Amino acid sequence: MTSLSVLAQLSTLNPQLSALGAGLPLAFLNGVDPWIFAFSFVTVVVTIGMGFWSARKAKTASDFFVAGRSVSVGWNASAISGEYLSAASFMGIAGMVMSSGYDALWYPVCYACGYLFLLLFIAGPLRRFGAYTIPDFAEGRYDSPVFRKIAVCFVLFIGFFYTMPQMKGAGVTLAYIFPGMPYWGGVVLVGAVITFNVALGGMKGITLVQAFQYWMKMFAISVPVFVLMSVYGFYNQQLGANAAAGEIPAAQVAQAAPNGVSGVTAANSPTGTSDSIMRQALPEKAPKDDHWIAPFGPLTTKAVNAAATVLPVEERAAYIAEHQKPYSLIYTYSLIIALVCGTAGLPHILVRFYTNPDGVAAKRTTMWVMILIGVFYVFPPIFGVIGRNLLPELYAATGAKGTDKVVLELPRIINERYGILGSILSGITCAGAFAAFMSTFSGLLVSMTGALAHDVYGRMLRPHARPGEKLLAFKFAAVLIGAVAIVLGCFVEYLEINFMVGQAFAIAAASYFPLLFMSVWWRGMTMKGAATGMLTGGLLALAAAALTNFSTLALDKGPMGKVFSGFAPLNTFWAHHPLLRILCEQPAIWAVPLAITLMIVVSKATAKDVPGDVRMKMLVLHAPEKLGLKQEYIDEQAAATGH
Amino acid sequence: MFGTRMPHTSPSSPDVVHSESFLHSLMRRQLRLSVACAAAFLIALLGLPLLNYFAPALMATRVAGFTLTWLIAGVLFFPFVWIISYVFIKRSIALEEEEVKSAQR
Repeated sequence: MTSLSVLAQLSTLNPQLSALGAGLPLAFLNGVDPWIFAFSFVTVVVTIGMGFWSARKAKTASDFFVAGRSVSVGWNASAISGEYLSAASFMGIAGMVMSSGYDALWYPVCYACGYLFLLLFIAGPLRRFGAYTIPDFAEGRYDSPVFRKIAVCFVLFIGFFYTMPQMKGAGVTLAYIFPGMPYWGGVVLVGAVITFNVALGGMKGITLVQAFQYWMKMFAISVPVFVLMSVYGFYNQQLGANAAAGEIPAAQVAQAAPNGVSGVTAANSPTGTSDSIMRQALPEKAPKDDHWIAPFGPLTTKAVNAAATVLPVEERAAYIAEHQKPYSLIYTYSLIIALVCGTAGLPHILVRFYTNPDGVAAKRTTMWVMILIGVFYVFPPIFGVIGRNLLPELYAATGAKGTDKVVLELPRIINERYGILGSILSGITCAGAFAAFMSTFSGLLVSMTGALAHDVYGRMLRPHARPGEKLLAFKFAAVLIGAVAIVLGCFVEYLEINFMVGQAFAIAAASYFPLLFMSVWWRGMTMKGAATGMLTGGLLALAAAALTNFSTLALDKGPMGKVFSGFAPLNTFWAHHPLLRILCEQPAIWAVPLAITLMIVVSKATAKDVPGDVRMKMLVLHAPEKLGLKQEYIDEQAAATGH
Repeated sequence: MFGTRMPHTSPSSPDVVHSESFLHSLMRRQLRLSVACAAAFLIALLGLPLLNYFAPALMATRVAGFTLTWLIAGVLFFPFVWIISYVFIKRSIALEEEEVKSAQR
């Protein structure tokens, strides 16, 4: 408690002292809300403490990789959900619903529903096949060590794409807690702490910590929402305040109310909400109500609107009328394909199916994961909806101060009515945000480190390394990957969290999903077919996504704009070819079919290379585990290599 | 578990489990179940944008403050998916038990 009071004093230091402290390392402590700091600090300490505690229990290399395969359904489901609910789910969805409205709802829907695809087509067979990682599966299914090397690359590609938004979440949260801290400071601090934790704890620790963190995130997102709704009006009323096209506004906007208390409302609105809902005036940059609440809004029509601005004024209306809705339908479908198929291809999620004791447990786990995350995903959009009404000043800011921090800042408005309650709730959401990016980042780090240490080092470089050397390699790889992720994270302040995660899903959808889906269900696949499809689809999706990001970063007015200024002409090109822009920004709609087509065509052309024992492999993938085919298969393999 | 294991045989031996017809029916039945569940899910998921496109007025109908389409995407879709996955898991576990029986007969 003493440190708290010190902090409270620090935050009220007089201006001279703050000016004096500007050059000192402690300057970032100015303006810190002690409650918010306390909750976040406790979360970090508890997480790290659990990591150290479990590090003592994990001794062998197999403990580090898949937790000895002995995790129960309840724990595993909580742990998968805890790992899956990343900064995108906790902060990004709310931020994007606030900035873009209805279209952003596809993210929570598909994040949750992607699991169904995993359950229907992939979870059971993959578990029966019994390999540690996707590269293990790739090698085992095609008897090809070369293919393992190709598959390992995508663990790293997708992983790095996915760590960038987590790092942005860390930068945004730290910049919110410590108003004086630069964005990159938070990225470096959080990245270093988690990297250290993973290097010491491994996955046994992660299972326990992840499970705990799911419940923490659930608590942190739901409780502040219920308090906010009971104070300011419920989800439906808050949404009802946004008038759709042709409706009379349900709520009158407070005319530039400086203290935010004087917002008043209309009584009987046409939407059936008779209670008063307070609204702040929307800044110029905020989308209009009717665009925001309806489908095909700002998110999906951005490219066409940009294209219209380069046309002569008199042609604009006709151009928009003709192209806007069809193009945004394409955008929507491409996004849906990326998110639904991409879930099945996320490297850090699939590895967890091997921690189930058997295939039936793997299915039960998926069912529970869907319930746990489905309940969670109802809440973040509520933050976005309330944030639009009560915290619209976020529209005017960019980067770390923009809408991505609505989840953190929104609860604090309760302070104006109930003293410190708002700060406490804001502290709770900050703690949840920490849980979100810490858990996902450590899960990714374990997968990527596993790929590097287990596959690249343990299989390719030094196949005969002793266990001690392998463990050392694991720690070294964790530090290396953590460092790269931190550097990448520093570049992406001006990209939306949710958007970046969506792109990671698109790359997974175009590479691992076709590989897993086709390998499980089609006997005719050859290694060459699988590799061609996965590489072409995945790399093209990766290039397209990276290209859009570079051109977006080139628009930034700060230092990032200078770094990426070489890509500025691309924006002129996009303005003349909006459809190409959409297909680059959301590549799944062409990349997934392309990958699957290539797999079929090349496999047909190289049909003589179909693995000789493919029928046995298919039996292992599909026959119930009770028949014991897996053991039989292993015996045969051992006998074959023995001769 | 080991009590129910099949005796060790080479893939070429003509027993039930290793026969072409067993694998064929196994994959066929599993795939049929998965595809049926996926179809129910995909019709809803891919149909919603189409409804938004062709029936914007209907989807903008207010239901207690929500627009209809917001209510579906933001709330109702999640329980719908739980139902599909529950049905799938029940059927798929039953299917596996049936397969074990038919293989051991």
